[in-house]
Amino acid sequence: MREALDPWPFVIAAYALGIAGTLALVAWSWWAMRRAERRREKARAR
Amino acid sequence: MHAFANPARFLRIARPLTPVLLLSGLAITAAALVYGLCFAPAERLQGETVRILFIHVPTAWLGMAGWSAVAAASLVELVWRHPLAALAARGSAVPGAVFCALCLATGSLWGRPAWGTYWVWDGRLTSMLVLLFLYFGYIALAGAVQREGGSSRLPAIFGLVGAINIPIIHYSVIWWNSLHQPPSFGWGGSAMAGPFLWGLLASTLGFTLIFAGVVLARMRALLADVQTEARLRRRAMEEPLLDA
Repeated sequence: MREALDPWPFVIAAYALGIAGTLALVAWSWWAMRRAERRREKARAR
Repeated sequence: MHAFANPARFLRIARPLTPVLLLSGLAITAAALVYGLCFAPAERLQGETVRILFIHVPTAWLGMAGWSAVAAASLVELVWRHPLAALAARGSAVPGAVFCALCLATGSLWGRPAWGTYWVWDGRLTSMLVLLFLYFGYIALAGAVQREGGSSRLPAIFGLVGAINIPIIHYSVIWWNSLHQPPSFGWGGSAMAGPFLWGLLASTLGFTLIFAGVVLARMRALLADVQTEARLRRRAMEEPLLDA
């Protein structure tokens, strides 16, 4: 009979991937928004 | 709806709303994931692997909701030519693709201990993978149209045609034999036990708020880029006249 896999490494990997992916998306989108809006303000001020 | 198509009005609403959505979404998601990882009970058949539910189901929902948003915004753009509709479609595509990829990855990690395999070419998994490729195609096409100055109707038509995949994903577990379980929620409610259901609803709400905040942030970035380009182009056209 085959032994069942230890589920915890899969659970931890899924949470780590989900959290890292979501935080990276939020940080990237926020940074891109701030950069684009700063560029617009610079273009207006010139 | 026409009232919100005004960029100035959109910015007046989006500026305070973006951080509120992101911060409340992050707080609710963090609480739901701590509950899912540390406090939710193990399930009778699946044991501890059921904890992946709290991250897999919200990402699956947002992967499909992202394309539904792309299709709805594309329809609005094609029919009413709203200036913000194309930005809403483009703003939804990247977060939709990220959540679609996270759904495939977390589902694969759930599949190994539950089914004995990371991947199987059945209807649900394959149609979700097709959705990820549709996102890649849409993002590439919309980017090329913006760079080369083509018609924004092209990605809008692509966004509408790709929506055919959404009901295929949803009904794939009903139409075809699948290792994947049937939908967790139906019109008649859910058969899920309370400790799983409430945790899942909280994490779905949290991730959805994050998604909405990210879409607003990306729309603001795209709008700022369009306005900057327009201003620089206008100045470049005025300069030769001033020199003369």
